[in-house]
Amino acid sequence: MDNRPALAARAVAVVGNPNTGKTTLFNALTGLKQRTGNFPGCTVEKKTGRIQLENNTVEAIDLPGTYSLAAVSLDELVVPEVLLGVREGVEPVGGILVVADASTLHRNLYLVTQLMELGRPMVMALNMMDLALERGLEIDIETLSRRLGFPVVPTHAGKAEGLAELRLELRRLMDGRIKPPKPELFRDFYDRITRFADEEAGDRRLPLPPALVFRALFDESGFAAQHLGEWFGEDFRTRLMQLRRELEAEHGKLIELEARERYTWVRELLDKVIRKPEHKIVTRSERIDKFLTHKVWGVLTLFVVMTVLFQTIYAWAGPLMDGIEGLIGALGGAVGSLLPEGMLRSLVVDGIVAGVGAVLVFLPQILLLFLFIAVLEDFGYMARAAFLMDRIFSKVGLSGKSLIPLLSSFACAIPGIMATRTIPHPRDRFTTILVAPLMSCSARLPVYVIMIAAFIPQKQVLGIFGLQGLTLLGMYLVGVVVAVPTAWILKKTLLKGETPPFLMELPSYKRPNPRTVGIRVYQSGMAFVTRAGTVILAVTVVVWAMAYFPRSGEIEDNYAALRIEAEAQHMMARAGLLESFDPQLAPLSLERMERVLKENPQLAVLNDDKPPVSGDPALQALYADWRQLDAGYQEKLAELDSRESGDYLRDSYLGRMGQVMEPLVVPLGWDWRIGMATIASFPAREIIIATLGVIFNLGADMDEESVELKQALKTAVGADGNKLFSIPVALSIMVFFALCAQCAATLATIRKETDSWRWPVLSFTYMTSLAYLAAFGVFHLTTALGWG
Amino acid sequence: MTLNTLSPGQSCRVKSVRGSGPTYQRLLEMGLIPDTEVQVVRLAPMGDPMEVQLHGYYLSLRKNEAAMVEIENG
Ligand SMILES: Nc1nc2c(ncn2[C@@H]2O[C@H](COP(=O)(O)OP(=O)(O)O)[C@@H](O)[C@H]2O)c(=O)[nH]1
Ligand SMILES: [Mg+2]
Repeated sequence: MDNRPALAARAVAVVGNPNTGKTTLFNALTGLKQRTGNFPGCTVEKKTGRIQLENNTVEAIDLPGTYSLAAVSLDELVVPEVLLGVREGVEPVGGILVVADASTLHRNLYLVTQLMELGRPMVMALNMMDLALERGLEIDIETLSRRLGFPVVPTHAGKAEGLAELRLELRRLMDGRIKPPKPELFRDFYDRITRFADEEAGDRRLPLPPALVFRALFDESGFAAQHLGEWFGEDFRTRLMQLRRELEAEHGKLIELEARERYTWVRELLDKVIRKPEHKIVTRSERIDKFLTHKVWGVLTLFVVMTVLFQTIYAWAGPLMDGIEGLIGALGGAVGSLLPEGMLRSLVVDGIVAGVGAVLVFLPQILLLFLFIAVLEDFGYMARAAFLMDRIFSKVGLSGKSLIPLLSSFACAIPGIMATRTIPHPRDRFTTILVAPLMSCSARLPVYVIMIAAFIPQKQVLGIFGLQGLTLLGMYLVGVVVAVPTAWILKKTLLKGETPPFLMELPSYKRPNPRTVGIRVYQSGMAFVTRAGTVILAVTVVVWAMAYFPRSGEIEDNYAALRIEAEAQHMMARAGLLESFDPQLAPLSLERMERVLKENPQLAVLNDDKPPVSGDPALQALYADWRQLDAGYQEKLAELDSRESGDYLRDSYLGRMGQVMEPLVVPLGWDWRIGMATIASFPAREIIIATLGVIFNLGADMDEESVELKQALKTAVGADGNKLFSIPVALSIMVFFALCAQCAATLATIRKETDSWRWPVLSFTYMTSLAYLAAFGVFHLTTALGWG
Repeated sequence: MTLNTLSPGQSCRVKSVRGSGPTYQRLLEMGLIPDTEVQVVRLAPMGDPMEVQLHGYYLSLRKNEAAMVEIENG
């Protein structure tokens, strides 16, 4: 083993089984001064903070919960490597704070025996003392500590009990006053392994901790061996396997040996340390479980929980999102009015403010969903939900742990993808991340709504079902129906490998801790805004630029002329009205008209919003005509504005791109305008509606309820003179949007969560291809069926 | 006999775990070592996975994983 003297700890690692209260303890010790990120080169979350001790601080790392230092996946190597100080980019830890659950101490100590072989000074927080008490367990902490050879502090992290004592021990740990425990197991092994490690390390100056060699020799998955092989070469690996064969010849299966020896040691250690009650006490948790995992009540409850979750998101997030959109719109307007008309204003209002809005608008959903997930997780329900539904997911090679992420994705894929962190196995997690965006999220709804309202007839099918409602249901099903084989294929090809163990602890139920929940929600919100947010903003600005430039002067001059012409006509019409009111005024020049209006007190009423109350009927008639004329003029100006935006968009790089790409979308029944609106909706699907508004000369402030837009779509004519839209075209658009990856925010989140561009690129490629093929199929099938 | 054949309420003693690979290793690490007492608590609604109690905690495992655990009644 490592014989270095206990060094003054630079950082303390918080380690332990899942659900032992590590995070609660970490939060209680460090307060809010935390930083979150990933361990370099993998997707494991890294959380660091500072623990304030009496007169100095110590850096702490919250490591992912684990039952063993053995790695069943590459990601699980993080814990042993960080602890051994051989993880690239992570500073070595000087000491270990192991958190153990007092109510399930037996199993918790398995990991502890492994930790004791790492040569680091240790302190144990024996947490959940309240639960041990509830179970009637009596623990002799003094004897436990003496036998283990390091301090054991009883704690109740949720109530911050025992923290003062824990801080005291951490201080001693930092000061180097706690010696690393002496490993007691596998004495003869360890000598051999240490010698092997020393010889191999030789003068290579690469650290080769015996504990890692131990894992490389023992672990069935071979990840440790593979990782060491990468550093030390194939020869090393051959010699390693040679040693392994020798050991197996002497001792039989090494894994079984390890487990048996460790658990035997634990049993002896706990002898007379834990006193169990004479009669088994039925805990509150067990009574709750009888109901929540019941074949009928359990499933029913799950159903209710999911319904409430959805309702919460739709009913609460909806208004909040509308509120944020309203605020952003107002902000855009306010900032816009401060800037002169032109590129800068457009950039600020349509690019930057809109981009920030596109980021913030997701926050209500993310925060609410994470609030929900954090509460369920803290309570201990997530494991039960996975238990209840595992069977269904195992059919496509996933596990019940994918349930919540996938369900959440029906609201929004972003929190769904972020929630995949609860899936322990990387291949399952990546598969879930890849299929999550296929679930029909709320951003697709506007697209469905306008297409269905405009083109799907309001017919009854089989007497009871509305055709429109069925179509909507169909759109929601498309994603699910496609996701099943997609997940299955992914697990057979790109993400193939041995089925990971499903073994999952069902922890006892706990009252959710508001602090833990609050911190979790806050951190997920921040993670989204700071990392996915920047990408979303950038994409929005880029698409803005593509739709804005090149701004041809020709269009500008053309519309300037049209506006002058319109104004002239308007003035002439006004003069005509005045003349017929009072023939003496003829002929009226422009200047004279202005003077007449100003000097004639009787005519001042024309600028009022209210008609003259009494008097001359001729004046009243003039007022009515005058106002009507004004309204017509305003309408004309607005129409010119809309047509100008339409011309600019058609002439923009985006518009040209749409026209160049038209042959690509014709097979889908589209024309270049639909194709372009689809490209423009890359930042977010619902943008297609505003873009269609602009392209059909209606302006950008269209939404899925706009009657004008529906009318424009219905009457739109294609290049061949026929109606552009039909039922097949509408279906083709809807199916495309059901399956495509037109959502920069989702792709940015995938990038962030997987820490590589590979997965978002893959998501985009496969979803766009699928969407294209499906739209093509639907269009031709329904056309062949004569629905056109 | 193997663990997957038991019904809720039945108890047994682990004889050995068969097989190899990560699942085999995890079963052992979670405490399914020879002579451990295991009680089947319940089955999930669709009959799989199963929930067992051992070493004072609750563990969910799939039937095909439980089939790797050789048991004897006790
Ligand atoms: N009863 C009880 N619950 C606790 C205690 N410490 C933490 N918890 C709860 O146990 C659950 C798991 O805690 P968490 O810190 O997330 O565990 P981790 O998975 O090890 O990080 C949460 O619901 C906590 O509120 C404790 O001492 N007693
Ligand atoms: Mg945690």
